[in-house]
Amino acid sequence: MIDQYGSQQQARRQAREQAARLQTKRGRVKVLSRTDLQTGKYQRLLVLTTAAVLAAGSLLYVSQSRAASTGVHLESPRIDQGNEKSLQRGAQAFVNYCMGCHTADYQRYSRFAQDAGLSEEDVSNNLIFTTDEAGERTKVGSLMVNNMTSEYGKQAFGVAPPNLALTARSRGVDWIYTYLKSYYVDPEIATTGVNNLVYPGTAMPHVLWDLQGVQSPIYGEEVHGARPITGLELTQEGSMTPDEYDDLIADITNFMAYMSDPIKETRHRVGMYVMLFLFLLLGVAYILKKEYWKDVV
Amino acid sequence: MTLWLKGDYIVSDATLNRFFALHVIAVPLVLIGLVAGHILALHEVGSNNPDGIEIKKNKNAEGIPKDGIPFHPYYTVKDFLGAVVFLIVFFAIVFFAPEMGGYFLEHANFVPADPLKTPEHIAPVWYFTPFYAILRAVPDKLGGVIAMGGAIFVLFLLPWIDRNPVRSIRYRSSTYKILLFTFAIAFVILGYMGMQTPTPVGTLISRICAGIYFGYFIALFFISRNEKNKPVPERVTS
Repeated sequence: MIDQYGSQQQARRQAREQAARLQTKRGRVKVLSRTDLQTGKYQRLLVLTTAAVLAAGSLLYVSQSRAASTGVHLESPRIDQGNEKSLQRGAQAFVNYCMGCHTADYQRYSRFAQDAGLSEEDVSNNLIFTTDEAGERTKVGSLMVNNMTSEYGKQAFGVAPPNLALTARSRGVDWIYTYLKSYYVDPEIATTGVNNLVYPGTAMPHVLWDLQGVQSPIYGEEVHGARPITGLELTQEGSMTPDEYDDLIADITNFMAYMSDPIKETRHRVGMYVMLFLFLLLGVAYILKKEYWKDVV
Repeated sequence: MTLWLKGDYIVSDATLNRFFALHVIAVPLVLIGLVAGHILALHEVGSNNPDGIEIKKNKNAEGIPKDGIPFHPYYTVKDFLGAVVFLIVFFAIVFFAPEMGGYFLEHANFVPADPLKTPEHIAPVWYFTPFYAILRAVPDKLGGVIAMGGAIFVLFLLPWIDRNPVRSIRYRSSTYKILLFTFAIAFVILGYMGMQTPTPVGTLISRICAGIYFGYFIALFFISRNEKNKPVPERVTS
């Protein structure tokens, strides 16, 4: 302790002497003393931290303003990909309500069984409702495809229902969640009778209407000859309360988020160990650098 | 020329093949050449120091620069520390934010390509956006491409544009520092503008910033001749 303190004092004195020497020699050279250097270090650290905070803040701001550019405020569901129960409920609703028309053929049933803590029998008995080309029940190891051809889909809806496996990454979870909440009655849409605030003119009917009920638009003040929709109200109750319905679509969203990135939970777990190792290595590397460089300056 | 590059009258398979080959064969070969050139140049002139002083002018009896330290072990251990810091940032992104809010893996990458559907707003990847903003700021098509290419090319001319013999920013005038700071801010604003959908106000801001971008080099050419430098020490300080 005393030794270290002494050597620091010595180093500081040396630096001061060197500075004085050089100044008398040339008279105009500013030599940084050791103490000056240290404040310089903190200044640099401060500048770097400020820059990092500013960069992160602007990134956040930009990504938020990008999300807002759809024109509708998107709600964020509280979802957790590690919640197996939520994934199971979401998968149940997904195969019952969505997979009649949509496919999710980047995802296998067996992989879902593994990740959601279910046995393959459970999944096979409860979540598979389709048959393969030979007319036999779809195997648990197969991709999550359905029996509707895209030609038929196009004929029925005008556009083939898209593959939903990666939608949570292309549109975002907030978009899916808000989309499933934002159906309203619109007599001008002749085919389905409903429209959507998030995706106006959507070809998809409101398949969850008997659960949610029927929503009607609330119109605001007239602007430029049109009255914008300011909100939606429930005009006919469904079999679920609004809270139950929100929970259900949060589960569906969670399942879709899982499908778009099935490795996420594992990745986070492995990532923690990698980070731990790297921070230990950083400590070692820092001490090593200090040790080698102590005779420089 | 365009026909020769495309290999067809439209952008087609031949075009894709050519550009794929260009990017996986020609560009890496150029990179190898640049790495070799970098190492050769480093052996010739040595590393710089924060004071920008030529340490080879001041050698001891054995012919070793008095202010120099050997690359190994000093810079190998220091670079190892730097590499670990980089790896921390790198793996934090890989494991916890691979999409980086849609900047590293863009949202459009998760939608199957459809030749009949063009996205309404195409923005380049984030590190190209400042140059994309310059491209959009110029009203003329060819002029825009020239300005965009010139924005990169002008950097290669810096050794001749900057006529000040002082190398380190420590001993340069505050005029230079203000100029450089303005340039950096204009560059960041251009990067932001390149990500946004074009608006009249946005285009005006892009034009001003593009003007600052090129104006910096012109101003630098004239002020660097007669700059009020601070005295440069003869030996490396501190």
